[in-house]
Amino acid sequence: MALSVLAPEFIIKRDPDLCIECGVCSRQCSFDTHTIDPEDGSITSDAIRCCGCQRCASLCPTGALTIIERELTGRSHPNWTLGAQRNIARQAETGGMLLTGMGSDKPYKNIWDHLVLNASQVTNPSIDPLREPMELRTYLGSKPDRVEFDDDGNLLSEIGPLLELDVPIMFSAMSYGSISLNACKSLAAAAAQSGTYFNTGEGGLHRDLYQYSDRAIVQVASGRFGVNPEYLAHSAAVEIKIGQGAKPGIGGHLPGEKVTADISQTRMIPMGADAISPAPHHDIYSIEDLKQLIYALKEATNYTKPISVKIAAVNNVIPIASGCVRAGADIVAIDGVRGGSGATPTVIRDNVGIPIEFAIAAVDSQLRKENIRNQASIVAAGGFRNSADIMKAIALGADAVYIGTSALIALGCHMCQKCYTGKCTWGIATQDPYLTKRLNPEIGTRRAANLLRAWGLEMKEMLGGMGMDSIDSLRGNREMLRGIGLTKEELEILDVAPAGM
Amino acid sequence: MKRIYAKEDYCIGCRLCEIYCIFQHSGCDTLVKAFSQKDCLPDPAVRVEEDGAISFALQCRHCDDAPCVAACISGAMTRDPETGAIKHDPDKCIGCWSCVMVCPFGAIQINLEKGKVSSKCDLCGGDVMPACVAHCPNEALVYE
Repeated sequence: MALSVLAPEFIIKRDPDLCIECGVCSRQCSFDTHTIDPEDGSITSDAIRCCGCQRCASLCPTGALTIIERELTGRSHPNWTLGAQRNIARQAETGGMLLTGMGSDKPYKNIWDHLVLNASQVTNPSIDPLREPMELRTYLGSKPDRVEFDDDGNLLSEIGPLLELDVPIMFSAMSYGSISLNACKSLAAAAAQSGTYFNTGEGGLHRDLYQYSDRAIVQVASGRFGVNPEYLAHSAAVEIKIGQGAKPGIGGHLPGEKVTADISQTRMIPMGADAISPAPHHDIYSIEDLKQLIYALKEATNYTKPISVKIAAVNNVIPIASGCVRAGADIVAIDGVRGGSGATPTVIRDNVGIPIEFAIAAVDSQLRKENIRNQASIVAAGGFRNSADIMKAIALGADAVYIGTSALIALGCHMCQKCYTGKCTWGIATQDPYLTKRLNPEIGTRRAANLLRAWGLEMKEMLGGMGMDSIDSLRGNREMLRGIGLTKEELEILDVAPAGM
Repeated sequence: MKRIYAKEDYCIGCRLCEIYCIFQHSGCDTLVKAFSQKDCLPDPAVRVEEDGAISFALQCRHCDDAPCVAACISGAMTRDPETGAIKHDPDKCIGCWSCVMVCPFGAIQINLEKGKVSSKCDLCGGDVMPACVAHCPNEALVYE
């Protein structure tokens, strides 16, 4: 094969005055970027191998390493950008689809950054969350049209199964296979500690996670991996996965080499066999078919667990979400274009789907118009970066959100986007036993739970500022939002007034 | 007494424990300065044992029935009555290697040039968190 003509993406700067040639960088890089000379112990670095994960720089005891993104060189062109040229060169070399991990890095207009939250001043005083109780508790699931009581005040209405969340943030679906068991354990334990839920993704539920059954949302995806009565029993809710934000209309594929003995047992597939989740469920071609699966799962769980349907945010998300609710879904989870992924064709991730901001607002509005908003909760997903994004999503109509990427960043992810290689240097998106031990689940649990706690505190502060003491008062309350730098059409879809009005 | 325990499930083989052990016993203010004096660097008293994905850091276990103390013919190996740690006195050491031969863990390092025990874990004095534990990035070493 001819020599690659691609230049390195990163520059490795090693300060010779600080480098003590301890070799930590070499031992920590799973891409073999740094090499120790066996004769004199000196270290050389090959920048072409560097993925920019920052593991070496983070663990270097003297701070001798700096890894910076290399500016692509060449003649610039407004249409044929250097990035576009590079991708063509990569494909000319390999003849394959360009794969990637994590959410889209295209600079689509981020609506969260064009929305501002309200705060009370004189007439409706703000509340100090340090002195007053502040309620973030959220219940997900179908709620009755009206609540009736008998003369003694006892509840007469039948309330369906609900998920109780202490904080309206759940961990997104990330399967055992796409992430390591230690990463799954970290998220599961953090969810249990924080009074929220984690999602198994389409990889089945490992037996070590059975202790967190009451905090597990188990997925039934097109591959039906790991699905059996025991799996359904060890859950708080069941989610039917139709689509994923990073790859709407695209199936999943876990290469056979990653299907270890443990994963094969959990997914109920032969060891070393490719785990292919087809793009469609081969028994669902209409809302009626979806209804059959929803009720099959309700039957299988004796109507004791809410059933969620997860869809990607696409052009016709409004009728799809409405159809899901009418088919009996208790929760509709919608994943936007910035949703994450372990492995996806780059072209799909970056060009398919719509931003979650519009999808949430549009679906919430439509379900209200149809008078069925109470029949299902809406969970938003896809690129939540901070507690303010979440508050804005709730004000647009979401009941709760799923976080995936930010949860992984809490565990240590440095967004090198090389999840698909299975060489995650931070021990998260890998099954290599040498690398998976890099994530101590005790530390992972602590960090993920800390993130939820911190965001919960900030959310309470923002709520107090608005003069509210309950997250319920913010849900779908567009009056608490104003748009800045948004077009008339965008404001109309979001049903938000421009700032100053 | 408090001892250092290794959790091999979470040892990532980075060997920062060895590096910080050297620094701690170098008497220097900064890591860079310590390692710039390569000729007089102490040997680490903790060693990472590795085989494939398995790795763990091993240092003196400060055994209750310390065979090294019993075998030492010069009185260089003694137990600190306050902390319980086994200590090595290089002035008394005559380099007979008896301690090395009886140590069931291979935790005592030798220096052939000087003909003495070159390093042995002293728990960094025992009052503070040992340097190897304090700088383990994955909490694979605990002091309890």
